[in-house]
Amino acid sequence: MPIEYLPILALIVLAVLFALGTLLMSSIFGPKRPTPEKLSPYECGITPVGTARERFSVKFYLIAMLFIVFDIEIVFLYPWAVVFRQLRLFGLIEMAIFILILCIGLCYAWKKGGLEWE
Amino acid sequence: MELGLFIVLALVAMASAIAVIIQRNPVYSALYLILTFLSLAGLYLQLQAQFIAAIQVIVYAGAIMVLFLFVIMLLDLRKEEQRAVKGGYQLLIGLLLAAILLGELGLVFGGGVLKGVPGEFSPEKVSALGNTQVVGRLLFTDFLLPFELTSVILLVAIVGAIVLAKRRLD
Repeated sequence: MPIEYLPILALIVLAVLFALGTLLMSSIFGPKRPTPEKLSPYECGITPVGTARERFSVKFYLIAMLFIVFDIEIVFLYPWAVVFRQLRLFGLIEMAIFILILCIGLCYAWKKGGLEWE
Repeated sequence: MELGLFIVLALVAMASAIAVIIQRNPVYSALYLILTFLSLAGLYLQLQAQFIAAIQVIVYAGAIMVLFLFVIMLLDLRKEEQRAVKGGYQLLIGLLLAAILLGELGLVFGGGVLKGVPGEFSPEKVSALGNTQVVGRLLFTDFLLPFELTSVILLVAIVGAIVLAKRRLD
């Protein structure tokens, strides 16, 4: 691995150490005098009803699915942007075709109400 | 240094992969899977494949994991969490199949069945030119048709998702 990734490695190590250190310090030095109010998720407001692990609507899944598709579209844009100057007009046209085909998909999803939150 | 980093990344990848299947709480499994993906990204970096490493983090640890989490939240998994791991014949069959798979992998990679032919782009050349540049130039010239076909596949995915999720039950 090239040496220029060393700062990233140092950053990751520091972040992990800081997180673990903070948890450790607060568990050592923090006073622990629990009361039922302190142990509840929210000290004020409405008392929680049921668990947080309810089943979620399929609407979230649709949004995630569309997100992945357009995320992958963006992934193809990164290498294209890097070599754009070498490809010249040819590159512009081929990416225009690529985006156009995906735009059809976006229009379809829009028309069918896939972007609506009913 | 290089070998040490590889060993650390490989161990983290394997340990978190094992944790994915051992955990009974599916949300924890998903979080361990993110750790697996991140350590795989580190391994890709060691192979001079910076572009793939970035994609691994953006697409797998980002988008695919969101999808996994939504599937987990969509299903009612509380019963699954309480169920103990079954022993007996299921475990035996699983171990047997795992042993067979390990043998096959050892045969393919260790026995010299797969002999990679050195291509035009050696790791040295790729790192000299820049990994993403090489990927981009090949993708948008030699592999133009597969690239354009990808958009059609993505279009099919959009249409499929909309048709399945927006279907009216009547």
